[in-house]
Amino acid sequence: MVLVDWLYVGVFAVVGTAMAALSLGIVWALAPRSDYPQKRTTYESGVVPFGQAWAQFNVRYYLFSLVFVIFAVEVIYLYPWAIVFRQLGRYAFFSMTIFLVILFLGLVYAWRKGALEWS
Amino acid sequence: MGQLAAFIILSAITLVATVVVVGSGNIVRSALSLVPAFLGITGIYILLQAEFVAGIQVLIYAGAITVLILFVIMLTEHGTGVRFRQVNEQVPLGMIAAGALGAFLIATFLTTPWPMATGSLPPYTASQIGTTFMTNMILVFEVTSLVLLVALIGAIVIARRER
Amino acid sequence: MVNWPLEILKAFALAALMFTFLAIVAAMFGVLLERKIGGWIQSRLGPKHIGPQGLLQTLADTIKLLQKEHITPRAVDAAIFNTAPLIVAVAGLMSWIVIPFGTLGQRVLVVRDLNIGLVFFAGMASMTVIGILAGGWSSNNKYSLLGGLRSASQMVSYELPLGLALVAVAMEAGTLSTVGIVQAQGGWLGSLAFRQFPAFVIFLVAATAEVNRLPFDLPEAESELVAGYFSEYTGMRFALFQLGEYAEMFAMAAMATTLFLGGWKGPFLPPLVWFLIKMYAVVFLFMWVRWTYPRYRLDQLLNLSWKVLLPAGLIWILITGYRITF
Repeated sequence: MVLVDWLYVGVFAVVGTAMAALSLGIVWALAPRSDYPQKRTTYESGVVPFGQAWAQFNVRYYLFSLVFVIFAVEVIYLYPWAIVFRQLGRYAFFSMTIFLVILFLGLVYAWRKGALEWS
Repeated sequence: MGQLAAFIILSAITLVATVVVVGSGNIVRSALSLVPAFLGITGIYILLQAEFVAGIQVLIYAGAITVLILFVIMLTEHGTGVRFRQVNEQVPLGMIAAGALGAFLIATFLTTPWPMATGSLPPYTASQIGTTFMTNMILVFEVTSLVLLVALIGAIVIARRER
Repeated sequence: MVNWPLEILKAFALAALMFTFLAIVAAMFGVLLERKIGGWIQSRLGPKHIGPQGLLQTLADTIKLLQKEHITPRAVDAAIFNTAPLIVAVAGLMSWIVIPFGTLGQRVLVVRDLNIGLVFFAGMASMTVIGILAGGWSSNNKYSLLGGLRSASQMVSYELPLGLALVAVAMEAGTLSTVGIVQAQGGWLGSLAFRQFPAFVIFLVAATAEVNRLPFDLPEAESELVAGYFSEYTGMRFALFQLGEYAEMFAMAAMATTLFLGGWKGPFLPPLVWFLIKMYAVVFLFMWVRWTYPRYRLDQLLNLSWKVLLPAGLIWILITGYRITF
């Protein structure tokens, strides 16, 4: 029964988190603690931190993650096709070719419009 | 019985995470709570024997869409995590409305005669999904590529205009 | 019917065993290997004082790290600051669920042969990005935030070629299960490294970028943004990030041997030994590349992914599909 597989995955997640948290717990028990204000300041190459810690908005981050979402959805469609197209003959191949070409056009558009530039 | 326990745990995770998403004053924390919510839904897909859908839920929702949302949030001023006020003054009225809606929905669910399917769940394996959208749903599949293309072009047009 | 309590017990035991194995092999031995290989490539000796030939060096480092103080800067978001390393570590460790180590008689040594093994592996690689973003933001430090954002952009850009390489392998083997893919390869010449050589190359390059290794480690380079997204992390929390990255690197190497080098197959030696030999060969390749090549600039890195690897991957999939259909 396939649910057993996923039981293992769930247990692995729980045990992994527990063991990682355990290592942090060991540190909490063993490590010295001497807090003073200078130690808790944010690091900025040795000078006093300046301004709020936020980055200038630059639309390139958004564009990259957006194009990634679109192509990730495309890759999602490729996975099940990849395992069955052998049995389905040439029409399956052609339909996926059309799909890929349309999205390839999208990539070319993004490229030409400079959405993929990190400038 | 074990499935019921698993379902309850997963639903609890999803619901608590969703409440944090909606109710947290810190917008980044609220965006990061989406991840346990999505993972809870992944678990429910697995209980429904839809493994492949669960896998792509993690890949797309927890992996791609959350990253997209986080990018946008972290790059705006609210990304400092400054607690901004929930602009919702009408808390008592809101609670009454939510409670009424909740009661109505629960009453409807409990009194509807749901048709019970006999037998076990049909397994939604990756190969079945692949075969289906190459044969029965092929038009839907091709239209999806056009939808994705339109989304891509539209977003690039909007984002570029901001420059 | 399935004996649930027994399965739960087995799952716990396997999880503890796997994590211990990874902590020793990937983190401790792997870091030592990295330093030794780096030393030899640079004509110097690596660590050699602690233990014979420096074998206990990482053990000593781990014991040291366990006693280091946890410095929490003032303005961090404590909840997220503490969970971010956990996310990265656990995601790196969970990718190992689908890796087959060999056979013992008739049984395949794999934790669970998931039906969607490849998709699961790609999913765990995606989850690491969330941990890095969370860590970078919660440190409330400009360097960390920028480093986290750049690292996330890089990893996200390289997940696509990685996925395409996996799709190409799935096309050849007709299955998404890792054990199935190994069994679809017969001996050395049948292994997919030859028939799917472009996919192999794309996979290796994308894997190097996914684990933020040189030549793609700009987000964590010391001379750049201090240490990038983990500037504010000290002691064990830092170690957990590193554990996650090394576990992920070894997982990528193990996946490369499973998908492209025939997994555990080979004459004479037991399968587990073959698997380890092949995996360490790929790890050596990763480390060799790391100590040899200079660092890519971020725009060069992203161009490589979007303008070279992604189109190449798509075209390769079309070529493979054509070859198989006709």
